[in-house]
Amino acid sequence: MASLFACALVSLLVTVGIVLALAGPTIEFFREVSPLDFFSAQEWAPTFSPASFGVLSIVVGTLNVTFWAILIALPMGLCAAIYLSEYASRRTRKVVKPVLEVLEGIPTVAYGFFALTFITPLIRDNWPGFLGDAPGIFSAGAAGLVLGIMIIPTVASISEDAMTAVPSGLREGAYALGATRRVVATRVVVPAALSGIIASFVLGISRAIGETMVVLIAAGNTPNLTFSPVQSIQTMTAFIATTATGDIGVGTITYKTIFAVGALLFVFTLGMNLISSWLVRRFREVYE
Amino acid sequence: MSDGSMEVPVSEPAARPSAGVQPAGAGPRQEATGRAAGAARDTDVVMRTEDVTVTYDGIPALRDITIDIHRNRITAFIGASGCGKSTLLRCFNRMNDLIPTAEVRGSVLYHGEDLYQPGVDPVEVRRHIGMVFQKPNPFPKSIYDNVAFGPKVLHMKVDMDEVVERSLRQAALWDEAKDRLKDNALGLSGGQQQRLCIARALATSPDVLLMDEPCSALDPIATGRIEDLMVALREQYTIVIVTHNMQQATRVSDMTAFITVELDEHDNRTGTIIEYEETGRLFSQPADPRTEEYVTGRIG
Repeated sequence: MASLFACALVSLLVTVGIVLALAGPTIEFFREVSPLDFFSAQEWAPTFSPASFGVLSIVVGTLNVTFWAILIALPMGLCAAIYLSEYASRRTRKVVKPVLEVLEGIPTVAYGFFALTFITPLIRDNWPGFLGDAPGIFSAGAAGLVLGIMIIPTVASISEDAMTAVPSGLREGAYALGATRRVVATRVVVPAALSGIIASFVLGISRAIGETMVVLIAAGNTPNLTFSPVQSIQTMTAFIATTATGDIGVGTITYKTIFAVGALLFVFTLGMNLISSWLVRRFREVYE
Repeated sequence: MSDGSMEVPVSEPAARPSAGVQPAGAGPRQEATGRAAGAARDTDVVMRTEDVTVTYDGIPALRDITIDIHRNRITAFIGASGCGKSTLLRCFNRMNDLIPTAEVRGSVLYHGEDLYQPGVDPVEVRRHIGMVFQKPNPFPKSIYDNVAFGPKVLHMKVDMDEVVERSLRQAALWDEAKDRLKDNALGLSGGQQQRLCIARALATSPDVLLMDEPCSALDPIATGRIEDLMVALREQYTIVIVTHNMQQATRVSDMTAFITVELDEHDNRTGTIIEYEETGRLFSQPADPRTEEYVTGRIG
């Protein structure tokens, strides 16, 4: 009993530890840089002199990539889950589900190179001219697209678990009333599984926000305040990864900047979780 | 969806006695009164199976079932657990289609039309042949939305408020539910949930109502209410009920079929109908010793 409690305590302590570790340097950062500058300046150049701390550039970079990733992953993940849970034969499911789970295990650095050496050239070679300039070698769109592909399995797998858990009695009840497969899936199974589906969305979005490798490799790592998918951008995570290389002095402004950006990321994912738990409370249909 | 692929006489709801449960008719049961619409068809046999065999994974579970279901009667299927009563019931609205390994051979006629012939849309079948399940299975939605679900998904052009009220009245649930139509159906008691499921099935104005052990999850008082309801609904609907409770069969049903498992020539355990008779007769003077053994053994 006591050792089980200790195990539970560890995760709580780690969370508290992370918040405390982030809080100290972040507070010191805001003693040197005013929050107004941090959130309103246009340029992000914390390591230059004179330095500029307009965090909006990399926040927008993160949102840019995340937006394209979500646009791909949520609808496709949900559709894949509906297919697997409501349409696929037992044999198809037996093959596809493990493949999905293997996809989840591919190292993100591999996805990064997949974006840079396969997807980006594919897009550049087939770019329709009426859309304006083609994306460069590094672009938010290509990174977002691959990020989206990367999180489809997460969304699909968790959503499918939630849908499979919906009692078959509910499906039978709907079929017996003359519902088609599509109606059963969309009006009975999805609403009943909504809390699990939203959980999968939140996990997917959190992965997109927190993902580092793909964006570092494929999105260019140059701060740029834009929502354009064809331009090169830098995300918050990519900034942290490129800057925290071990040769920066503890206590320098660059050091503190990393913690400030990390704290902001933490606030982002915390916000995501709060919104999702509200959504779940508001919309889920509890079956018993 | 191929609609209209099946020619079935569907009575207009208006042709039915209007809303409200009619008191159980005390008249002779043989006189199938109550509905004129569509009854111009020669006979009072609403459904008939001819040599129906059901297999799971190729292994027969039910063999050579031939049975007539009569209009405005309650037909009960009795027999031990696992004898195939529910499997037979599920042939009548093609619910066995949902089990990938199940295969139905033979024909199931509904007003003379084979429900299993190519081109028949199971969705259309289920619109006319409603079903109530063993365990109450209301959707986790409001009481109103539960009843409105069928008419909505079938795109029936009806006054939904009116349909919900009529269905709940027919299921004897209106008085308890009318002030809480927007409440979640899962807040109802088990017996109320089952009556809601009956109301939900009635909302699409079916012709036949299939009930798969509808009281097995309920207490005796709730069971009594459902049984009264069945007797009242017989005036307007044709009901087929599966029950493992022989007293229930004697209380509510007009006709009873006794199904039991026999070993076939390949040593497969398959269900077959031993005797199909008027309920009173089947229980008092069973023709087959196996029936007698079953009905006396359990009741005695």
